Amino acid sequence: MEMKLNLTKVVNGCRLGKIKSLGKTGDHTMDIPACLLYTKTGCAPHLTHQTLHTIHGLPAMAQLTLSSLAEHHEVLAEYKEGIGKFIGMPESLLYCSLHDPVSPCPAGYVTNKVLQKSTIIGVIEGGDVMEERLRSARETAKRPVGGFLLDGFQGNPATLETRLYLLSSVTAELPEDKPRLICGVSRPDEVLECIERGVDLFESFFPYQVTERGCALTFSFDYQPNPEETLLQQNGTQEEIKYVAHTKKIKTTSYNQEMTSFEINLKEKKYQEDFDPLVRGCSCYCCKNHTRAYIHHLLVTNELLAGVLLMMHNFEHYFGFFHSIREALKSDRLAQLKELIRRQAS
Amino acid sequence: MAAAVSPTSLESAPRIMRLVAECSRSRARAGELRLPHGPVATPVFMPVGTQATMKGITAEQLDALGCRICLGNTYHLGLRPGPELIQKAHGLHGFMNWPHNLLTDSGGFQMVSLVSLSEVTEEGVRFRSPYDGDETLLSPEKSVEIQNALGSDIIMQLDDVVSSTVTGPRVEEAMYRSIRWLDRCIAAHRRPDKQNLFAIIQGGLDADLRATCLEEMTKRDVPGFAIGGLSGGESKGQFWRMVALSTSRLPKDKPRYLMGVGYATDLVVCVALGCDMFDCVFPTRTARFGSALVPTGNLQLKKKQYEKDFLPIDSDCACPTCQKHSRAFLHALLHSDNTAALHHLTVHNIAYQLQLMSAMRASIVEKRFPDFVRDFMGTMYGDPTLCPTWATEALASVGITLS
Repeated sequence: MEMKLNLTKVVNGCRLGKIKSLGKTGDHTMDIPACLLYTKTGCAPHLTHQTLHTIHGLPAMAQLTLSSLAEHHEVLAEYKEGIGKFIGMPESLLYCSLHDPVSPCPAGYVTNKVLQKSTIIGVIEGGDVMEERLRSARETAKRPVGGFLLDGFQGNPATLETRLYLLSSVTAELPEDKPRLICGVSRPDEVLECIERGVDLFESFFPYQVTERGCALTFSFDYQPNPEETLLQQNGTQEEIKYVAHTKKIKTTSYNQEMTSFEINLKEKKYQEDFDPLVRGCSCYCCKNHTRAYIHHLLVTNELLAGVLLMMHNFEHYFGFFHSIREALKSDRLAQLKELIRRQAS
Repeated sequence: MAAAVSPTSLESAPRIMRLVAECSRSRARAGELRLPHGPVATPVFMPVGTQATMKGITAEQLDALGCRICLGNTYHLGLRPGPELIQKAHGLHGFMNWPHNLLTDSGGFQMVSLVSLSEVTEEGVRFRSPYDGDETLLSPEKSVEIQNALGSDIIMQLDDVVSSTVTGPRVEEAMYRSIRWLDRCIAAHRRPDKQNLFAIIQGGLDADLRATCLEEMTKRDVPGFAIGGLSGGESKGQFWRMVALSTSRLPKDKPRYLMGVGYATDLVVCVALGCDMFDCVFPTRTARFGSALVPTGNLQLKKKQYEKDFLPIDSDCACPTCQKHSRAFLHALLHSDNTAALHHLTVHNIAYQLQLMSAMRASIVEKRFPDFVRDFMGTMYGDPTLCPTWATEALASVGITLS
């Protein structure tokens, strides 16, 4: 049963739709734009099945990385019941990427592997060369693939505009009715840029990276809040941005350099006595049960629970963002969402 | 110096323990503790969450495993985040959002574990902080003050702890000092209606010193007694004899808390000897080293032999880890850098400990505890007669034979 993408609408290049006939029995569907659940060795980082399933809005599809599973292929062969059951996600849709986006190989060194009973995704390569990109896109589009992976578009912000231009040209060559997945792009602002250029699926490693640096996602994706909320959020957001900008000036060589303005750093002393949740109104387990002060304590004392709670929040927050993208597209408000995110990007 | 408590005040001590059943052969008891944050069935194993967290397990997970009391540590929490902050957070319960009971140790054990950073005088223990070199004095009064701020349901006296391998006059000094410090803790305790202060019997491995300590401390008006100063480097032969001596002299209607005991065999034997409460870092710590506890011992899941073992850790275990995952998957996960591997095992090991206590309790209530002990030893050692000598002797001393 071949998976099929039905587009509901296309607005300014942004595609809203449903991928149907997914999974072994062919009766799963998935809304796009969407992100995939990031895993390490077949398991969400820091999270057991129990803690993972407290997260609202879990993606329908999880991403496995071949690089983390390849060493276990003999075990899997003997197991005989498939990777989904082996990792404890027998009901989940699974996408296997060759590389882990957090520790990837250089682009262009990807080789296709044949996977039985799975849908093959064609990879678009070509580096920064337009001609090569177009050639890759056209040729791959001729093949009977289930969808397309746009590889090699990740990189540092300085070359973003060039890469986005390439991206538009590439997706223009691809058939409309097959999903386009991009690897290595996960930041909220970059996600929106890519959606505007015809991308449907993203990896969710960004919330994981935020977790690893002891930070929590706090950016707003509420593009139509009530007036009081707007005021409160604006005040909050402005304060956060000011503080982050300040720390960035002094800590040029610390790990914090990678920190974005979409997050707060719970290790900072100012959170020591902050008894608010990470994000007011967030319905995740961490925000419903714990305070910034507690997370701060866990980080300062190097306790494992810090990673667990931050991962739960960061995933839920990020999945909420994707939900808001779909809602915004449905109600033709993506421009508002984009403006809101742009204001919060550093 | 606080006035000594009169022996006649025995009657006014709060009775927090209700005995439900007693083994007719051994000293094993099944009971129920009535604590401010709810009832706790005994015998009970209390997992250790030193720094206001159960090492990677959420409060919800711990609650779902059936845990109703766990430990926090005064020494650690007193330093980070400190009692003032915890008080602002509505106590330790509020700070870590744990709805059930908490027991806090006084900081006494750190005197042994951090002996190179500490100095003991009659005043208290002077610690040098490993984090910033600052010196703190932990006196009986200070320890109780911190524990009052933490708001734990059971608080421990500050005791003068010496390693069980120490001999000579220091042991006697520590025993007498512990009695004096108990009286100072009782006097300093601001919240006897909300928090239960336990005494800790010391005396090392000397029967006479232990007996003296027991005689003196049981005159004090406290809701419960702990047996301390054991579970260090002493031989098991000496260990069980001190436990048995202690339980023979402790009042029946108050809980007996044996500190630092957590290996399965030790738990079974010490329940037979009449202990009700236990704590130990072992099950949670060993989980983080990839070791899963099972009725036959433990599985070192990182080892190659589990690479293709598609069974769960324990087919009879109802914990979330065993319900969902195979040894092979856990083996693979343990060789990755995903911390979830550790959490899976922590969940299982806590489940194992709590299951063991629950099974023991049921056997006491159903009047078949000696059979339970024989079955347990048979499973653990292959045959009840292959049980370690010290355990056989200890059990025999309370009327349980293994052959």
